[in-house]
Amino acid sequence: MLVWSRSGRLVIWVFFALIFGVLFLAPLAVILLSSLADQWNGVLPSGLTTEHYTDVARGAAWNSVKASFITGFLASALALVSGTWAALSLRLQGAALKRLLGLLFFIPSAVPSVSVGLGLLVAFSHPPLLLNGTIAIVMIAHFVLISAFTFGNVSAGLARLSPDFEQVASSLGARPAYRLWHVTLPLLAPYLVAAFGLSFALSMGELGATVMVYPPGWVTLPVSIFSLTDRGDIFAGAALTMILVAATLILLLGLERITARATGS
Amino acid sequence: MPPAALLALLFFYPLALIIRQAFLDDSGVANAAEIIRVLHSRFFLNALVNTVTISVAATAGCLIVGLVLALILAFVPFPGSGFIARLIDTFIALPTFLVTLAFTFLYGSAGMLNSGLMETFSLPAPPVDFLYSTWGVVLAEVTVYTPFILRPLLAAFSLVDRGQIEAASVLGARPLRIVRQVILPAAVPALIAGGSLCLLLTVNEFGIVLFIGAKGVITLPLLIYGKAIQESAYQVACIIATINIALSLGLFGLYRLAAGRLGA
Repeated sequence: MLVWSRSGRLVIWVFFALIFGVLFLAPLAVILLSSLADQWNGVLPSGLTTEHYTDVARGAAWNSVKASFITGFLASALALVSGTWAALSLRLQGAALKRLLGLLFFIPSAVPSVSVGLGLLVAFSHPPLLLNGTIAIVMIAHFVLISAFTFGNVSAGLARLSPDFEQVASSLGARPAYRLWHVTLPLLAPYLVAAFGLSFALSMGELGATVMVYPPGWVTLPVSIFSLTDRGDIFAGAALTMILVAATLILLLGLERITARATGS
Repeated sequence: MPPAALLALLFFYPLALIIRQAFLDDSGVANAAEIIRVLHSRFFLNALVNTVTISVAATAGCLIVGLVLALILAFVPFPGSGFIARLIDTFIALPTFLVTLAFTFLYGSAGMLNSGLMETFSLPAPPVDFLYSTWGVVLAEVTVYTPFILRPLLAAFSLVDRGQIEAASVLGARPLRIVRQVILPAAVPALIAGGSLCLLLTVNEFGIVLFIGAKGVITLPLLIYGKAIQESAYQVACIIATINIALSLGLFGLYRLAAGRLGA
């Protein structure tokens, strides 16, 4: 405790509430309010309605919810497999190679997403690899952008794993494949789940690369929200943003509970 | 290693092609003069200055807000402060443009703040007009990227010896002096690592700038999008992208250096 007087603490807490309220709470609250707003000409909306949500559920916007979920799921699954594989095989390498390759796996997270999209457009717009205009190029863009986060999460988990269990398994005569499947991966499971959840959330909110490469008919949620607000339909945009936020939070909270149960904490 | 091969094909190969394309015009003929022209052009220099200004200002804002919030959360805790810290942490997973959209409702020309001020003081025009400028982008980025400072700071603060603070305070040191002499030295590595990560992320930020949609506020990522998608000028887009990537990788190196020292 740094401040001992009661009044001093109260002043500091009010100050904290002010910063937190203006910077973090107000934006979320106002998006929620506007997604339910009927007409909004004054300080507060004149009435509340769920019309924007029903419009969104009926219209083309529903397709973008589906597109985002499928893209997020497939890209995260691929990133999980590739990230786990990379982290596991890097563990067997020497220290110098490990550092170099580890760095290479992190670089995609440092490059601006728009440039990742541009690179894919330049690389895959000609045969033999003609992917421009397909759904696959959206998945690839998301995979590239989230792969560093999955790799990072799984590596962090591996670093914390005690090697004892694996050594015991191996001294008891377990083959490498059996050991991987029955010892290492189960121990790693909480980190895998966390990695999957984070990359799914990042994929759901990805805009920069998607806006460069998306084909007509595969409009993800963020792109759809942008085109709605760009057209001036900001209330529908807010409703769709709330759906995105709710989906992300449910996903993260659900996965957090699974992880907590698995680790028994 | 298949994952490395996959990443090489899907990421490093396209990256190399961007650099190659920067030297070729859109019909495939070598044209290096275009690079000089772009580098001296007004739109590029303007975007570069905007990007750097926004990034530095937003990072400074994040450092200040993050430090203040972390100090209160760690050393003047209140009931529920743990929950609040976790709540701010979830902002990391939310899409960045959400904040811009919210700011339109809050501070836009027809937003809550302006309507309130106009009604109360019967003003003819909206008095608050910072949203569609550099400062609107900076404020939005401070909201979005402060959690990235808060996280390492709270981790660093949890290692500070509480007994030391209590001893200093019993000996009569005032809170500001304790912050300066006991707490801040422990926070410096976290501030450097978090700050360099913020610089990197704000240079790369796209959604916030796109959603604000102000004509005068063009940054490098937005310029790449504009040139490639709206004007189909791929060589120009690749030239700008090469420079943007170089800038980002430089900042990434800085971050790794700072984070490596933090871990050591």
